[in-house]
Amino acid sequence: MATGPQSAEAAGPVLDVRGLTTNFYTEDGVVRAVRDVSFTVMPGETLGVVGESGCGKSITGLSVMRLVPDPPGRIDAGAVLLEGRDLLGLSEAEMRDVRGRKLSMIFQDPMTSLNPVLTIGRQIGESLRRHLGLTRAQARARSIELLKMVGIPHAGQRVDEFPHQFSGGMRQRVMIAIALACNPRLVIADEPTTALDVTIQAQILELMKSLQAEHDSGLVMITHSMGVVAGMADRVQVMYAGSIVETATTAEIFANPRHPYTVGLMQSIPRLDARDKARLQPIGGLPPELIDPPDACPFAPRCTYARPACLEARPPLQAVTAEHASACWFWDEVSPRRSLQLAAGASR
Amino acid sequence: MTGTPLLEVRNLVKHFGVTRGLFGGQAGAVRAVDGISLSIGRGETVGLVGESGCGKSTAGRAILQLHRPTSGEVLFDGKDLTKLPDRDMRRMRRHMQMIFQDPYASLNPKMTVAEIVAEPMVIHKLVPRAERGARVAELLELVGLKPGVASRYAHEFSGGQRQRVGIARALAASPDLIVCDEPVSALDVSIQAQIVNLLEDLQERLGLTYLFIAHDLSVVRHISRRVAVMYLGRIVEIAESNALYDHPLHPYTQALLSAVPIPDPAIEQHRQRVILTGDVPSPVDPPSGCRFRTRCPFAMEICSRVDPPLADHSGHKVACHLHPAPGG
Repeated sequence: MATGPQSAEAAGPVLDVRGLTTNFYTEDGVVRAVRDVSFTVMPGETLGVVGESGCGKSITGLSVMRLVPDPPGRIDAGAVLLEGRDLLGLSEAEMRDVRGRKLSMIFQDPMTSLNPVLTIGRQIGESLRRHLGLTRAQARARSIELLKMVGIPHAGQRVDEFPHQFSGGMRQRVMIAIALACNPRLVIADEPTTALDVTIQAQILELMKSLQAEHDSGLVMITHSMGVVAGMADRVQVMYAGSIVETATTAEIFANPRHPYTVGLMQSIPRLDARDKARLQPIGGLPPELIDPPDACPFAPRCTYARPACLEARPPLQAVTAEHASACWFWDEVSPRRSLQLAAGASR
Repeated sequence: MTGTPLLEVRNLVKHFGVTRGLFGGQAGAVRAVDGISLSIGRGETVGLVGESGCGKSTAGRAILQLHRPTSGEVLFDGKDLTKLPDRDMRRMRRHMQMIFQDPYASLNPKMTVAEIVAEPMVIHKLVPRAERGARVAELLELVGLKPGVASRYAHEFSGGQRQRVGIARALAASPDLIVCDEPVSALDVSIQAQIVNLLEDLQERLGLTYLFIAHDLSVVRHISRRVAVMYLGRIVEIAESNALYDHPLHPYTQALLSAVPIPDPAIEQHRQRVILTGDVPSPVDPPSGCRFRTRCPFAMEICSRVDPPLADHSGHKVACHLHPAPGG
């Protein structure tokens, strides 16, 4: 089977998630972590998934990987089509053949996701031997090539070292080497640079961009940073309280945001290139509880546009244009300017 | 800024001994802070930025004498804190407080909010017992919490609310100087703005002076009047914040700023990044001469021999051989 960068079915999406619903059954009640989430990723495309802690962005990634801890978590509905094949219907053994080979994940903290007692070479070689049937010697040689590819100096020597001998940035490079070892069709990166310093973050993002261009794989970039998304993603979806609240191309969502939460996120962060020290516009209040949420817009209690209709039913994603959708009943009123006016009115 | 600064730090050094073996022979020293000088005027905010391990947090703690400095002077309102005996230093502490990064770890889980906020008043004997309740309520209101939360415990709150409790505690002793050590980096972005605005409001109302330590360069620009950049225990550049961000002189500052993503795809598309190679060297054995030379794209022969001093270019100070002191 060919594992080269060229893909036979280049026309279709590499990942097609439909109606994904993941719940956690806890003593306090059912936590609705991911609620009816649908999206696609094309080959060579980067989808940015943005949101704050608890919005469901990481659980969405884990659900696609089928790595949600069960119990207490369970994927209760939906389909996850990877190149047309529904992963939710696969057995655990079949899933093990998919993970690492067709689909892989890069986690935030490279220290806890690497095994401290195995050499780097063993850990990269594991998937090469399992999925591609390489011998020990072949796997070692390929591991060295992969380490060189992700920019680790003295790869021939470092392949025999242990994770603690690597710095944070170097460990994240190792994680990327492991994720890309079998040339997967889709990589899910969950806050891959959040634990790193900004100069190291720039190195890692640069590396991920160039490797993705080379391999033409799909990339799902989960992050809380609008800045990272602006530089990396082709399309962006913003999540809040388990749902997608807005999705559009990156250029469109930054130029013409149509959900009050998206606007709020953008206005609450100071910009590096801002000379004037205009007051920040925080989003008031706190994110909602995810246990037994009411059938209402989850953002309504924090929203300056909110009115009675928002509390009567949860707005579905509505088309703004063919490539832009917002889950706000009043999306046509939403703009950064209007948000500022409403904030000024509210504080008076 | 006129008159004497509230805080003046001169050649501050803090080394931590590295011991070897069971009986702890001194094997070397982590030169966490290696000779920094900086002053902060009353009511001013100075930002201190740098990457992990650059010594910025240690600098903050050494200034407050939480780590006694190895050498150097810390003049607070003209008095050298490094010369004060512990007993006198304890008395001085009410004038300088700290806000910590992790609002989960810095609040005692066994104390109620009222006890946490009242503790500095008890320790420094500031408010008679009968009036403490009213003062706690006043402080909670000042930081945007309802007085009703006083009887609750820290674990009942979200990160942003805990940080407000931490700020109320810092204010309880009516300090002049607050060292904020990464006060918003553990918080979600929508909550960060609430806390940044609160710190700005409090400064205006109470005339506070801040040393704002953070790795988030955008937040630091927003809140600071002047900004100092640290690398491996040294300040490599210090200037008014707009001057520093618009015209960075030190190659490290340039790289640091170019690495920060800007939430604007039109700008990101055309941005030229200075991507630094390699990692930060160990502070146990920093490079000779300029400490940044091993990663500097402009390193010259002189850089390995001579440690560049901080040269003053009409208020914009930089330690780099590319920018020697004018006329020097």
